[in-house]
Formats: sequence, C-alpha cells, structure tokens
Amino acid sequence: MPAPVITASKLTKRYKDFAAVDGIDFEVAPGESFGLLGPNGAGKSTTMRMVGAVSTRTSGELSILGLDPNEHGPEIRSQLGVVPQADNLDMELRVRDNLIVYGRYFGIPHRVIGNKADELLEFAQLADRAKAKVDDLSGGMKRRLTIARALVNDPRILLLDEPTTGLDPQARHILWDRLFRLKEQGTTLVLTTHYMDEAEQLCDRLVVVDKGTIMAEGSPASLIRDHSSREVLEVRFGSDRNAQVAEQIAGAGDRIEVLPDRILIYSANGEAELAQLTAAGLTPMTSLVRRSSLEDVFLRLTGRSLVE
Amino acid sequence: MSVAVSEKAVAGGVKPRRWGSWYVAEHRIRSMRAYLQTIAVTAVGTPLGYMVAFGLGLGMLVDANTGGGGVGGVDYLDFLAPALLASAAVTVAAEECTYPMMMGFKWNPIFYAMNAAPISGKQVANGMTIAVLARMLPTVVIYFVIILIFGAAESPWSWLAIIIATLTGMAVGLVIMPYTASIEQDKGQMAMIQRFGILPMFLFSGTFFPLEQLPTYLQWIGWISPLWHGSQLGRVATFGLAEPIWLTVAHVVYLVALCVVGLLLTQRVVSRRLNK
Repeated sequence: MPAPVITASKLTKRYKDFAAVDGIDFEVAPGESFGLLGPNGAGKSTTMRMVGAVSTRTSGELSILGLDPNEHGPEIRSQLGVVPQADNLDMELRVRDNLIVYGRYFGIPHRVIGNKADELLEFAQLADRAKAKVDDLSGGMKRRLTIARALVNDPRILLLDEPTTGLDPQARHILWDRLFRLKEQGTTLVLTTHYMDEAEQLCDRLVVVDKGTIMAEGSPASLIRDHSSREVLEVRFGSDRNAQVAEQIAGAGDRIEVLPDRILIYSANGEAELAQLTAAGLTPMTSLVRRSSLEDVFLRLTGRSLVE
Repeated sequence: MSVAVSEKAVAGGVKPRRWGSWYVAEHRIRSMRAYLQTIAVTAVGTPLGYMVAFGLGLGMLVDANTGGGGVGGVDYLDFLAPALLASAAVTVAAEECTYPMMMGFKWNPIFYAMNAAPISGKQVANGMTIAVLARMLPTVVIYFVIILIFGAAESPWSWLAIIIATLTGMAVGLVIMPYTASIEQDKGQMAMIQRFGILPMFLFSGTFFPLEQLPTYLQWIGWISPLWHGSQLGRVATFGLAEPIWLTVAHVVYLVALCVVGLLLTQRVVSRRLNK
C-alpha cells in the first residue's frame, strides 16, 4: 500500500475548555476519497481547517504530504485545493478574474494563468459566464466556481467542506459528477458532509464523527453491514400513537428505533416485518421499506439523527 | 510519504513565500479597477477644489488681513499646500484602511480564501498595505502637480513633500488598520473613525492655521496627530519652515514609528484572526 498523504494521530483542537476535535486518528491514502460524516458541530470543519494547514492543532500529530503544517503551512497549502463550507469568492471581481487572482497566489505566471482559467471555466460549465459578476451566479454556479478555483493549482488533495449543502438536487448531481471525474483522474478527495447519500456516492471510506471523536470507520457498505440491518421498515401511526405501538411490537426485527414522527424496524426483510404487523392488527398510516443507509448507522452509533 | 512528493510541496511554497505580499496587492489593485473612475475624479477634483477655494478665496482674505505677510512669513496658500497634500493622503488611508480590511474578513471574506492558498496572515497585511500605498502615491503626485501649477511650492526640495505626505497617510492608515482588521461586528465603527478620528485631526493639526493659535490645552491633539507632524515636515520641504532640527527629526521618527508599529500589529491581528 502506498504511503498515506494525510496522517493524523491523537489530533486535538481545543478552544479553552471545549474540545472541538478530541484526539482523532486517521489516514488517507493517495487517490482515495475519504469522508468525515457527522452532524453540525461534530468537529468536521475544524478537522478540515487543521488538515488545510490554516488552523494550528492544540496537540497530537498531523502530517500532510509528509510535512508538518506547523512548519510548512505554505508548502502544504501549495498542494491543496480547498472548497470551504461558505463560498468565499471575491464578489468585487468577475468570474474569470476570480480564478486569475487565485492562481497568482500559487505563483502561477500571468502567461499561464489565463489559459488555465479558461480550461477550468470549461470544466465547471461556466465558460459562458466568464465575464459575469459573481453576485449574479446561482448558488450551484458559485459552488462550481469555488471548486474550479480550488483546482487552479492542480492540487494533489482536494478538501471539500460540505460541498453541496444548500444546493438543489439538480445542482448537487452536476457537482457530484464533476467530483467523480476528479476522483477518476486520481485526485485525493477529503470531504465532510452530513448527507448520507453524498457520502455513499463519493466516499471510498469514511469516519463517522460525533462530538469531536470518531465513532466508526469503514467503507459505506461495510459500515452499514456492521452497524445496521440490510433493510429498514418505517411505519407511522401518528405522533400520539407511535410510542404506544412501539411497546406493543417490542422484539420485532433486529432492533427498533422510535423517532418522534415514526418507528424504524431494522430487519433483513422489511416486507415480512410489515406483514407481521398487519397480521397482528396494527395497520400503520404509512409504511416504507428501504435499504439501510448511513443515516441508520449514525442513529445507531449516536442515538441521534444526522440532520436535525 | 515519498520524498519526491514532499519535495514538490516544498518547491510549491517557494514563490508564494517570497512574493505572496505582492500577489495580495495585485488582487486588491485589480479590485480597485472597479472604482477607478471615482478614484481618478477624486484625485484630480479634490485638489482643484481646495486650491481654488483656499488659494483664491480664503487665502486672499487671510493675506489681506495679515497686511500681505501671510502666515509664518509666507502666502497663506504656501502655508496650506503641504498640509492639504498630507490630508489628501490621510483621506485615502481613511478609505482604504477601513472598509476593505473589515470586508476581507466579513462581507467579502477573501482573506480566508487567500490563507487557504499559500498566503500567510502576515502577507495579507503586507499586501493590503502595499495596495493602499499604490492608490495613495498617484493621488499625492497628482495633488502635488496641481500645487505646483498654483505656484504654492517653490523650494527645489518641494518634491520631498510627496514622500512626506505619503508617509503621513500610511502612518494614519496603519494606526487604523489593526483596529479595523479586528472588528467582528459592524456597529458603525467606520463612521466613528471618520467623525471622531479623521475629522478632528484635520481641524486641530495645524492644517489651516498654525498649531500655536490654539489654546495650549488643545495643542496636544496636534502633537499626537500624524497629520501635524506630516504637515510641519512638508512645510520644511516646500518653503523652509524654520523649526529646530530636533523637531524635524522627531517628525520623521514619529511617522516612521507609527508605520512600523502599525504594520506589525496589523500582521499580528490578521494572522491570529485567520488561525482559528
């Protein structure tokens, strides 16, 4: 196995008494697509900022491309592409100029950067908006421009902090497609998300993070296999009856989770569970059988849901 | 990790480490292009307005009332011109060192983007300072040319007033910068700086009349004001204002010290704010 591009060991970030990141360990291999999945406030963004060599760790070890960010911040950052949670494009500049000024930060000469900007606009499907004001772009376009900007230095590692939060489904799919292409080209992707479908689509491997610690680690499929059943039956009996019915059906499936609006019954065969309920005279208002997802893994590990 | 990868990274850091401040300045100057017309009109219009109003208006009145003696032995306009020149630089500083600094963290948070690239907080501070200088210097030069046209700078050393005014403007700007770089919430602090910092400084820094005209208990405003030091220094250059040599040296030392301390503080504030 090739040497990892990122190694974190007991990585910790404290703000006074609060540990935003509390001694986490992980490694990322070159070309891998690695995800940090967790709810808001889990410590994902703080971890990303430390990996991005802009936030100094409180303790622990961290090595990016074999270098310590405390000593070699600019060197490490010269090899990274960063897509922050909130777009920080320059609103005072036009679309293409945003790429040009950014390229200059990596020391790319004027004669090279123009072509590079055009190439990236093409990749981000923004070639026809080159002269537009950033303010006039839609949310999805701004996001694509931010990603294009992050690619201006041909980064070895692309850090994406919640890349599709706030985007409509179509914009998300365009973005996933672009990210998938980068992955195919061998770019290492590190991304945070609280969308399980995003993690499933993009990540080879991920860690589930909560309250600054890692709860579980593995590929999306193995996490689901290890921490959940194959299928889930979701039933609703009305918010006033859910808890009562849950008591009656205790023991159904492998496990039951009662949420305020519905009951989740974990089982290898959801349809069979539903048939048993109906046979027992408990007909839900609505029912749904689906595959287990990372959301279920998270619920199992933390007792809370991802998007609150 | 393979050595080759680390070496590539190390190579990637060389240019940004060396030239990063200039890249930031380049970015900021590109943004200024958006309001280049305003900059140009102000740079030419302001001195014309002041020189006409004070030279042909107030200046006539002052000179007539002092029996043709002017102020301090020179025409009122000659007395005024170096101070107006320094004030013009201060005005640029008051614009460029306030909103752009806060904007870079808040409304248009490009500083974070720069820092995610290889640029350090220190380089952000340096680059923003260079950009202020890049706007201030042409403004001062244009002003000086107009002063020359009005015949209000006769000494062969007058051109030194360009450097002096710029130094004054930067001193004021670099005192403001660490503060504006630290503002988290806009509660009208920029307007306060203008009203309670810049405006009183214009009025009480010996700009329009010698500081000695003020009651002694108000003269301290002038002594701490970079504008007073800059105006007096400018007067030494443009018409050979008579003052003790130690005082001339003190003007220079004071202005340079404000610049150096201000820049160091700005570098610190910006670096800390970026590294959270």
